Amino acid sequence: MLDADFFRRWMAVTAASVDREAERLTALDSPIGDADHGSNLQRGFRAVAAVLDKEVPDTPGAVLTLAGRQLISTVGGASGPLYGTLLRRTGKALGDAAEVSEEEFAQALRTGVDAVRQLGGAAPGDKTMIDALVPAVDALGESFDAAGAAAEEGAVGTTPLRARKGRASYLGERSIGHQDPGATSSALLIGALKEARGE
Amino acid sequence: MKMLINVPETVVADALRGMAAAHPELAVDVENRVIVRRDAPVAGKVALVSGGGSGHEPLHGGFVGPGMLSAACPGEVFTSPVPDQMVRAAAAVNSGAGVLFIVKNYTGDVLNFDMAAELAEDEGISMAKVLVNDDVAVTDSLYTAGRRGTGATLFVEKIAGAAAEEGQPLERVEAIARQVNDSARSFGVALSACTTPAKGTPTFDLPAGELELGIGIHGEPGRERRGMMTSREIADVAVDAVLEDLRPRNPVLVLVNGMGATPLLELYGFNAEVQRVLTERGVAVARTLVGNYVTSLDMAGASVTLCQIDEELLRLWDAPVSTPGLRWGR
Repeated sequence: MLDADFFRRWMAVTAASVDREAERLTALDSPIGDADHGSNLQRGFRAVAAVLDKEVPDTPGAVLTLAGRQLISTVGGASGPLYGTLLRRTGKALGDAAEVSEEEFAQALRTGVDAVRQLGGAAPGDKTMIDALVPAVDALGESFDAAGAAAEEGAVGTTPLRARKGRASYLGERSIGHQDPGATSSALLIGALKEARGE
Repeated sequence: MKMLINVPETVVADALRGMAAAHPELAVDVENRVIVRRDAPVAGKVALVSGGGSGHEPLHGGFVGPGMLSAACPGEVFTSPVPDQMVRAAAAVNSGAGVLFIVKNYTGDVLNFDMAAELAEDEGISMAKVLVNDDVAVTDSLYTAGRRGTGATLFVEKIAGAAAEEGQPLERVEAIARQVNDSARSFGVALSACTTPAKGTPTFDLPAGELELGIGIHGEPGRERRGMMTSREIADVAVDAVLEDLRPRNPVLVLVNGMGATPLLELYGFNAEVQRVLTERGVAVARTLVGNYVTSLDMAGASVTLCQIDEELLRLWDAPVSTPGLRWGR
């Protein structure tokens, strides 16, 4: 079972890995975006870690809802509402249980990913965070490890795609050959699950 | 890249503090990043709120004041502001006559302003929203996030601002803003990339002998790269790209806009070429504005925006305006 502590660790591990990878995310965002994905997410997840330390919500749902709200209030750009909605809707779907099973979490995360798809209007293959999140959710039933690998594979798999959503879409054919920064940061988020459980 | 800054993390806050010092007629909330006309809310007047990433100055904060915006929300450099800022701005300027959000069409701006509009409505504020999407360089809108909002933002903010200033109701101000956007098109050219403070190096690599056609205002590369062209040749490409889409029958407003690092000497020379093309194509010019208004940090280059107008829009364009970035009449 997964408790509030686990979800707080998930957010802390994500914040640390976004810190570590911020420069790489910004570098990926330069040729096909506007060179700020790393610094924006870094600001957001640092704020998430800070607010979770301060308010210490005591259910999994409350942790993710608060984290999502904090991202919406601090990140800006498209990433703020999209990542914020992902966590907030996942948190809401978890309800107010003190502990949730991995299966319940997988189901809730699917609700969150669906909300992101609706908000941003992106489908798999559009070269967005969806390309990492959808395979991750599909593999989450199997294990955190499998979900992390699927997200990473999805992120790498955006390289040959032509962007159809977000700022990279303005480049048309020239977006081909670059890995999508949003899919890359989504893979960091999913990859952090494994470490949060101490695997 | 050398920059006149302290550290990248504080560029926006530092600029806001400087703006507050230079413009006592504006109330600048540095912490919450909201710039408001000091006399807001103005009784009975529809309020106009805009915002977007920083790095496009004087847009939007420099256009706050009588005859234009009621408030502006600056985000991080090239990053949409957050809903909290927009709701705070809406609440500060709402007189009860309603608030119009003017939103440039970028995924982030649209998502954040949509969330903010919902929250503001929950607080009992009558909300309307108009999207600016004038950039003709984005051709296949079906497969992209749609046309970007660029130079036409200035026309929308000025003309809708004048309508609001003379007391027109929210539906009318919204309709005018929409009419201006529908009547305006832009095309931009970059001679150099720009450098964001956070990254410190140019966002893309543009060799000395080349230019980029169809750029946006975020340092995003354009759609086509060519060998360097003369001002005359660039004007032909830019104006024709706009006219292919707009085909004006009425006179137009012309904005020859610098991207940030192109001297006015070059911009005026470019304007001469733009006017020549318009004359050759039989397009009558009602008014022309030349300068750095919707910029992209230190990018060199320019954009051309044309807006087809009728007598009413021209009257509103000529109406007095008093902001840091645009000021005439009265």
